[in-house]
Amino acid sequence: MKVLAALADRVRLSLERSRNALGGGLSAILRLARPLDESLFEELEELLVSADLGSLTAREFVERLREDVRRGRLTAPEDVRSELKRFLEEVLATAVSPLALDQRPAVILMLGVNGSGKTTTCGKLAAALKGAGKSVALAAADTFRAAAIDQLLAWGERVGVEVIHQAPGSDPSAVVFDAVKAVTARGVDVLIVDTAGRLHTKSNLLEELAKVKRVVGRQLPGAPHESLMVLDATTGQNGLAQARTFHEGVGLTGLVLTKLDGTAKGGIVVPIHRELGLPIKLVGTGEREDDLQPFDPKVFVSALLPE
Amino acid sequence: MLRKYRSCLDLTEENIQEALREVRVALLEADVNFKVVKGFVERVREKAVGQDVLRSLTPGQQVVKIVHDELAELLGGSGHRLQMAPHPPTVIMLIGLQGSGKTTSAAKLGRHFQRQGQHPLLVAADVQRPAAVEQLQTLGAQLQIPVVGTATQKPVEICREALDTAANRGLSPVILDTAGRLHIDEPMLEELRALKNEVRPHHVLLVVDAMTGQDAVTMAERFNAAVGIDAVVMTKLDGDARGGAALSVRQITGRPIAFVGVGEKVDALEPFHPERMASRILGMGDVVSLVEKAQAQVDEAKAEALAKKIREESFSLQDFAEQLRQLRSMGPIGEILEMIPFFKGAKGLPTELRGQETELNRYEAIIGSMTPAERVDPQIINGSRRNRIARGSGTTVQDVNRLLKQFAQVKKMMRGLRQLEGRAGKLSGFPFKIRQLGR
Repeated sequence: MKVLAALADRVRLSLERSRNALGGGLSAILRLARPLDESLFEELEELLVSADLGSLTAREFVERLREDVRRGRLTAPEDVRSELKRFLEEVLATAVSPLALDQRPAVILMLGVNGSGKTTTCGKLAAALKGAGKSVALAAADTFRAAAIDQLLAWGERVGVEVIHQAPGSDPSAVVFDAVKAVTARGVDVLIVDTAGRLHTKSNLLEELAKVKRVVGRQLPGAPHESLMVLDATTGQNGLAQARTFHEGVGLTGLVLTKLDGTAKGGIVVPIHRELGLPIKLVGTGEREDDLQPFDPKVFVSALLPE
Repeated sequence: MLRKYRSCLDLTEENIQEALREVRVALLEADVNFKVVKGFVERVREKAVGQDVLRSLTPGQQVVKIVHDELAELLGGSGHRLQMAPHPPTVIMLIGLQGSGKTTSAAKLGRHFQRQGQHPLLVAADVQRPAAVEQLQTLGAQLQIPVVGTATQKPVEICREALDTAANRGLSPVILDTAGRLHIDEPMLEELRALKNEVRPHHVLLVVDAMTGQDAVTMAERFNAAVGIDAVVMTKLDGDARGGAALSVRQITGRPIAFVGVGEKVDALEPFHPERMASRILGMGDVVSLVEKAQAQVDEAKAEALAKKIREESFSLQDFAEQLRQLRSMGPIGEILEMIPFFKGAKGLPTELRGQETELNRYEAIIGSMTPAERVDPQIINGSRRNRIARGSGTTVQDVNRLLKQFAQVKKMMRGLRQLEGRAGKLSGFPFKIRQLGR
């Protein structure tokens, strides 16, 4: 046991050291006149991996830089940094897209795995749209999780928006059907639908979601106008599997990246965007009403690759 | 992965290199923190080089084995159990990020201890998230476990009252659900520290989402430094996340993983098995986990009685029906098959498997229509009895015949097993077929 503990301590120490070395992020890696060598590329790769871009994407990006160096397009270590930044911004430029709110009512479906922040995002989005002068209603289609309806009701009260709901355990499709009917009759601008969290591996729950979507589409052609997958920024490589499955099973129009106020960078959206072409419509940065912003690639990339 | 290393002839420096590169990618794709991966790969390299290849293994298997064993060892050797305090109530406090699954885990822990014959108390001290208190109350009501706490009180007050309640009513353990918070939110961390000082929990459990990426390290480290944690609960392992965060958290905090959450139902909480987690992170499927899940469903005593019956060759149709019932209590067949790598990701289920589900229903009905004497000794089931049984169970005589034939085969198989037992040790439950599927 003693040997094991000593070993664990040693590993911990070495981790600490490498963390300190990496502590300053890019600038530490590119400190002073260091040569453009293998260790630089390795550290850049690790920096991308540590932001959850995934080892394959990270390797690919670094390979690109290496190629640039080989061809003499990059000669100074500082340029490597700006090139990587520029490249990432370029990749994410196509990920900017406004919410589709032209129709009345515009229906926004919020979906994602358990605990990603769907209900909170619904509340914050309702507040933002209301602040922009839209009339908004929320639909409580998470009839499964204990007290999910209460949570949405609390949000509705906080931001002054009506919450259309039924009893816990009722059919989500029925809730949404009634909600669409109600907002259409009343001329409400936007209906935001909060759905039950579900792991993307539960095919029956995915089917339920697809049904909700079909019901809305039949009732109101063109709806839902947005089907947004809410993704926790702390999520690792599984985020890609989530997006793939939800996109395939339900059809997505974009992502909402939540919890960016922590230390996680949410880099997994990069491979998701590259593979599926989904835009990142919104980012969540806290629990307050106004902690919701449109996605800005420049801000995102600077956070991903700190100075 | 790693399959291609199973047929190498010799363990050369070169193919270790290649294997280790693959291991590195696999671990990174499983979300193990890259610094942890670095140290890990280095250690495996040290262990592998200079090691003799065992006669019974291929060099590739040897590498896989070293990787797997090393992973399992790092993950915590044998499982970790929460000790109950000598003077009850034992106090367990749950902390973690928003959305990691604290409230659900609190209820599941309550259920876990309730099943052990204890009388837990759930404490709703998350007054931050709207309706978090209601959520725990709803879950508590489902489980008939008392819940204290209201959204208008301060967490410290709630916990103080909870300890009084537990002492007065003789309830233990006391399980505290706290508000989710970021590990960099100083005021909220201060609140946790104050709470901890007030209630002096015996166990502080950090709840970690299995889907967490590289940041698991920072999160665990900060929570551990700011509040101090004793063990970890990994949640949402019923998804397809490889769960590399388990290794990161374990490595960075040195704390064991006590439980894993494996579903939305309140009893979907299991003790942590380092071996299984190691397989999962490496991407070798969860076959071991499946087999053990099947075994856990079989009550120990029943299993012993069954083994005895098999030894004495007195296994009856009654026992067979019981076995079918247990097999089904593991969940829908589809879900069970999902755990086997081969079926994982396969879209929907082949129709013949759906057929098996109805076949099981039919078998249960047929056995239900037999007399006790017939169940013990199927030999006495003649033509007219078959007719009666078929009518009684709403099936046909052909169905009854098929069941009797299959039962005879099972008995024959058991006789074979009895001979095996001498060599392989104790009989281990029902799922022979599943085991075969997994290999």
